[in-house]
Amino acid sequence: MIASFADPGQRTAPAPFGHALARLAEQDARIVGLSADLAKYTDMHVFRDAHPQRFFQMGMAEQTMLGAAAGMAEVGLVPFASTYSVFATRRAYDFLCLDIAEPNLNVNVVGALPGLTTGYGPSHQATEDLAILRGCPNLTIVDPCDAVDIEQAVPQLAAAPGPTYLRLLRGNVPSVLDEYDYRFQLGKAAELRTGRDVVLISTGLMTMRALQAAQRLEADSVDVAVLHVPTVKPLDREAVLAAARTDRLVVTLENHTVVGGLAESVASTLAFAGVGTRVVPIALPDEFLAAGALPTLHDRYGLSTDAIVQRVRAELGGTPRPTRPGAAQPTVPPTA
Amino acid sequence: MTALHTVPARGTEDRAERIARLSAAAHRIRRHALDMGEVQGQGYIGQALGVADVLAVVYGDQLRFRPAEPEWPDRDRFLLSIGHYAIALYAALAEAGTIDAAELETYGSDGSRLPMSGMASYTPGMEISGGSLGHGLGVATGMALGLRLQGNPARVFNLLSDGELDEGSTWEAAMACAHHGLDNVTAIVDVNALQADGPTAGVLRTEPVTDKWRAFGWHALRVDGNDIGALVDAFDELRAHRGSPSVLICDTRIGHGVPMLAEREKAHFMKVAEHEWDLARQQLGEGSPA
Repeated sequence: MIASFADPGQRTAPAPFGHALARLAEQDARIVGLSADLAKYTDMHVFRDAHPQRFFQMGMAEQTMLGAAAGMAEVGLVPFASTYSVFATRRAYDFLCLDIAEPNLNVNVVGALPGLTTGYGPSHQATEDLAILRGCPNLTIVDPCDAVDIEQAVPQLAAAPGPTYLRLLRGNVPSVLDEYDYRFQLGKAAELRTGRDVVLISTGLMTMRALQAAQRLEADSVDVAVLHVPTVKPLDREAVLAAARTDRLVVTLENHTVVGGLAESVASTLAFAGVGTRVVPIALPDEFLAAGALPTLHDRYGLSTDAIVQRVRAELGGTPRPTRPGAAQPTVPPTA
Repeated sequence: MTALHTVPARGTEDRAERIARLSAAAHRIRRHALDMGEVQGQGYIGQALGVADVLAVVYGDQLRFRPAEPEWPDRDRFLLSIGHYAIALYAALAEAGTIDAAELETYGSDGSRLPMSGMASYTPGMEISGGSLGHGLGVATGMALGLRLQGNPARVFNLLSDGELDEGSTWEAAMACAHHGLDNVTAIVDVNALQADGPTAGVLRTEPVTDKWRAFGWHALRVDGNDIGALVDAFDELRAHRGSPSVLICDTRIGHGVPMLAEREKAHFMKVAEHEWDLARQQLGEGSPA
């Protein structure tokens, strides 16, 4: 069963988060790491092996891990606490909210397996982590595209005074953005491509897919811009409004349920500013997802490059939309 | 000044003098709590009267802190998990000199630094925002790990209630403290045997409390939490303990020190009629330590 979202043969970097954190800790004695029995599976083991005195194994106890991270920040340390996104958000939300976010502490919560990046089914798929966390005041939320984003984000997350949540991509993580003139800037969106016909506003690993889709559509003479939005909250509203005040087709792409994530964040930004542009959401459906191989699931739920290309063509009126039930098309949410 | 602020140097005070001094402090804490309760006409006055002796001993005898410098990095931390006990802690902070006693009359009023449920961002000396129970001991765990890493000898105290033992996160944190050998952590459990919906024994049985903590790897003692002498002896014993975290389980009596409230039907949120506050203060005065 294929458990990676990387394309075969794609250039990757190993454990970019763990290496970036270990490097940062060499310069900053305040950096500490915690994990809830998932150091090895959140790339925290790299930090643990490099700085064993500054790593704290908290056991399979996510509530205490986040509370303890808050306590460490209270005495002046800068903790990074890693577990799976499902546990950091669903299970330990009260602790993230009240111990970390309310006192506005510099605690950096790192969640692996965001959205649909595992085939283990709903117990492991954090398809609604952004929806849970976007309502939390003070919290900065980052959904990186690749290893480049992660490496550059880690020092900026540590430097940001308040709490952050990072949607972690782990293991051998694709490197994509170094082919573009790009630097990660916390809170800022970045236009990776310009285009006259379509603008893809994307976050997380979906930016990688957006770039691939843009190249494919270019071959059909469809000119596609890509705006990468690695910081989901606070949203770079100016960049989003600038991109969407247009007669281009506006499409959002996210590795997250269509409820409460990037699509609704962009849509509300436009509506609140009086911009009446229609937004096409490419996102996971509002349902518990199936188990299986990742490429199969990404195809099925509309996140694969093929599915994106098909969807954009259909929206442009080029080819009919596929009709296979439960396939390729994210359902339009009741709130859309 | 870095020494315990109100405490005569160790060894200069005999046990009887110490108990008399702390009993007087507990009396003033109760008096402050009654005055605050009257401001709102109701509140967690029963719990405040019950826990006053514990707070008098902690703030008057055990905690190392600077009343005028609540952010002093080397201070011992006192974490109030149970946000609704804020009325008692404000009284203790006034007794300690961290807040002005005159400010107590703003308790629970709009714009006051003394909200009904304790919040760190409002009140000097309030280390955490409690209220959602089961959080304090986890934060204490992280503070204690962090202080140890930094080579800071400060200690971390956490006041929990017996009702808070219902929360699974309390036991997660209890395991973590023991696993990491955090002998700089002292938990204090106020066993008043009463929860929001009624007696603890009927809501969710937590006994045998001492055995539970011991099974989790803690050095545990249990005392009458309204006996200043017993509290002093127990805290002294815990202070000397090394190698594992310590917990003092304190059996307290709701409304202690004011017979008309202590004898009243036990309630989580005690109502006191307007004309009763003077009577309550009078009864407290009659029991005043010499």
